[in-house]
Amino acid sequence: MFIYLDNAATTQVDPRVLLAMEKYFLQDFANSSAIHIAGEKVDKDLNLAKEKVAKLLRADNKELIFTGSASEANNFIIKGVMRANKDKGKHLIVSQIEHPCVLAPAKELTQEGFEVSYVPVDKNGLVKLSELQKMIKPETVLVSIMTANNELGTVQDISKIAKIVKKAGAYFHTDAVQVVPYLDINMEKDNIDFLTLSAHKFHGPKGVGLAVISPEIKITPLITGGEQNNSLRAGTINTPGIIGFSKALEIAYRDKDKIREKVKGLRDYFLNKVKREIDKVELNGSLEKRLPSNLNLRFHGVEGEAVLMDLSQQGICVSTGSACSAQNLKTSYVLQALSITPDYLNSNIRFSFSKYNSKKELDETIKVLKASVARLRAFSPIK
Amino acid sequence: MPLNYTKKTLNHFLKPRNIGEIKNADAYAEIGNMVCGDQLNFSLKVEKGVIKDIKFMSFGCASNIATASIMTEKVKGMTLEEARNFDFNTITSELGGLPQQKIHCSVMAVQGLKKVIDNYEKKGEKVTNKKKVNRK
Repeated sequence: MFIYLDNAATTQVDPRVLLAMEKYFLQDFANSSAIHIAGEKVDKDLNLAKEKVAKLLRADNKELIFTGSASEANNFIIKGVMRANKDKGKHLIVSQIEHPCVLAPAKELTQEGFEVSYVPVDKNGLVKLSELQKMIKPETVLVSIMTANNELGTVQDISKIAKIVKKAGAYFHTDAVQVVPYLDINMEKDNIDFLTLSAHKFHGPKGVGLAVISPEIKITPLITGGEQNNSLRAGTINTPGIIGFSKALEIAYRDKDKIREKVKGLRDYFLNKVKREIDKVELNGSLEKRLPSNLNLRFHGVEGEAVLMDLSQQGICVSTGSACSAQNLKTSYVLQALSITPDYLNSNIRFSFSKYNSKKELDETIKVLKASVARLRAFSPIK
Repeated sequence: MPLNYTKKTLNHFLKPRNIGEIKNADAYAEIGNMVCGDQLNFSLKVEKGVIKDIKFMSFGCASNIATASIMTEKVKGMTLEEARNFDFNTITSELGGLPQQKIHCSVMAVQGLKKVIDNYEKKGEKVTNKKKVNRK
């Protein structure tokens, strides 16, 4: 049995994406920076792919910098914008529940003399707008708040946040890695200056991140030593990766209604059935303001990793918190930010769904889950 | 980085030995780890200075369960003195290794064992003290 419910960590590549990429490995493999005929051909295809992406994100007057990962894109934007705009100020605001690849660069910047403020979230995982309003000041250069959280799937009111930021004269970045195709992205309408995406989260290839930047806002590169991307990111252009990114995004948004309906249907079915079959289960974070692909559940009296291992032994793949935090033993800082009782911080499992899941898989999962929770509760000292 | 638990660790996780609580145990102990939030409860039965029975309850990850399981298996039949000197490294080697970030589970299991022995001996002292008082 192989049931994959860890789609917030990464997804299966859509075969149509792989097919679109293939010829850029085998035929049109030339370096797109070359001025010969083969390079020119590849460059032309890349520009078409980029135009498609820009259109889907309503980012026509933006610049697309493809990176090696979303982590790189976030590092590039956070560090690049702060370092390049010291004349404007040295204050950065991020939310408490950002991904580590935003929090770590923010921390690095404090060592360079920048000031960082962390906006708290409420018990539903939503950024406290009044706190943001209080924190923002004339020296604030950049505010970075993720559109949807990776552990909880909770969705922020990005349009409202961006308005507050714009009114204060600061720039706005959002890490939207989790949202495709579950939310529409409209950079123009929502006043988003910078945006991060990653292809492997929406059935594209791994190793292709995207930093959408604003040409009129100064930014310094992370990786230097080449003229690619207007010298904002050195390195040979990853043609197959970018083609794959574009194709995956195109399919995701073309089929968005179908995918949203299917995934939400599966998610709701799973939640209702789990609640019926297993007692003392709670949902972490808001259900309404949440991606349809995510469930983060708390099983009273059992440890999350033990449940995960039970499921894993049966070929069912889920996660405790985020994939990264599964390795270190500290309890999830995201759940801590929600002010969840410390006793409950270790009893959580994240189930994340995709278009490739089926009801049958969910029934099978619940069967194994129910047995696991019962087994572990039988010898748990926490009743 | 996957955890890559050994077959033996998984076996002790899936089929833990000495699970539960001894009725009318001679001593009980609870031990928790603030870092990872795990908890182990031990109950102990001693006869003539030898561990007659030891059981545990666990709120913990797979290695928390497996380490306590194999430890209880090993110390049953030991004298209290032998059990007190039980080395946490024995657990790791018996299981065929543990991932680095899970070594602390074996440390915690041994701490729990020492605590339950302490609790047993403290109780014993109290009894003897009382007896002494009574004699006077």
